[in-house]
Amino acid sequence: MAEIVDARGLSCPEPVLLTLEAIKKLGKGEIEILVDTDTSKENVSRAANSMGWQVVTVEQEGTAYKIKIKKD
Amino acid sequence: MEALKNFFATRTGIIVVGLIIGVLAPFLQFLGNPPNMGICVACMERDIAGALGLHRAAVVQYMRPEILGFVIGAFFSALAFKEFRPRGGSAPFVRFILGIFAMIGALVFLGCPWRTLLRLAGGDGNAIFGLLGLIFGIWVGTRFLKAGYSLGRTQTASSKAAGLVFPFLMFGLLVLLLIDPQPEGEPRGMLLFYSLKGPGSMHAPLLISLGAGLLIGLLAQRSRFCTMGAFRDLLLFKQGHLFAGVAAFFVAALITNLILGQFNAGFEKQPIAHTMQLWNFLGMTLAGLAFTLAGGCPGRQLFMSGEGDGDAAIFASGMIIGAAIAHNFGLASSPQGIGPNGAVATIIGLIVCVIIGLTMRRR
Repeated sequence: MAEIVDARGLSCPEPVLLTLEAIKKLGKGEIEILVDTDTSKENVSRAANSMGWQVVTVEQEGTAYKIKIKKD
Repeated sequence: MEALKNFFATRTGIIVVGLIIGVLAPFLQFLGNPPNMGICVACMERDIAGALGLHRAAVVQYMRPEILGFVIGAFFSALAFKEFRPRGGSAPFVRFILGIFAMIGALVFLGCPWRTLLRLAGGDGNAIFGLLGLIFGIWVGTRFLKAGYSLGRTQTASSKAAGLVFPFLMFGLLVLLLIDPQPEGEPRGMLLFYSLKGPGSMHAPLLISLGAGLLIGLLAQRSRFCTMGAFRDLLLFKQGHLFAGVAAFFVAALITNLILGQFNAGFEKQPIAHTMQLWNFLGMTLAGLAFTLAGGCPGRQLFMSGEGDGDAAIFASGMIIGAAIAHNFGLASSPQGIGPNGAVATIIGLIVCVIIGLTMRRR
């Protein structure tokens, strides 16, 4: 079961902060991050990559994006 | 379209945007804008407040087309790339207050983060203190963010119309500017106020200013160019993506100024600047903190308002009202130094921002 971070509606840089907190907490595994702007989608993906996590999928769900990242 | 969309999200993309804005700004100065003020979001919003008669400082009144272009350009860009999303409701009145104090801080220093860098790129050494203050203010803001500061979630607006209001207001102001130009040698058109001397009387030709504003609005909306975020992300995450764009902006402006003969190094008698370094530092500390707490530099707030972000529109409106307050009550600086009430307003602003930083928390 992936950890879920709901960052919808939050201003910059909160979505990235919450993502990095979850990455720090888990160390490895799978995280799903919900965001609702393209800016947050790009920022979260960039931050995950910089921490050595891989962006697996980005799915659109209504007005939001679900970003799945993982590290083995 | 998709390839273009992705390009601007890359490191190269934001550097290209920074370079373009960095060349355009000194050229706007070359074509008539005030010195080291090719683009200054705070100063230009202040001039708009003057054009509307919200303050009566006769030397800073002009409906700056660049600002109108920023919002309208970002609006069309957001529409074209399907990123227009009306939203709002994240502590709007707190954002309004942050906008007021961001402007007051900027007018104590005499420039927003964009002009801080343009002043440096023009050789104005006083801007070093402004830049240090800006970075310090942003650093203080990052401490609040790390401790859980948040203005809460925005809501998607139930109607598209909610996001159209601010871009349409800017469009209306543009129409007003076009139908109510400055009568030769007169300080007032039918409605709009105009400066006869001082920075407000200095401007590039209208269509060039508007074109540059539209282009910058489009490019910055795509790339998320943000002069505050650049330092914030470095301090908070050690991420240099936005910083690369801002560094490119500075380098391009410096080189363009050297080529155009607009570089004059020194501290004394720099254009539209004062040498009271403590207040240069603290003014920008206040502005940097307010921008960080509001989630974007003054330019970025305009670009987001073009995307339909009502909270960003409220922050920008706060800045325009802040300019009126600053000039009506002697808070704004001049080349002679800070205004009679500039120091106390800066301190009050810092206290208010710290209280906001401490009390607004993620639940």
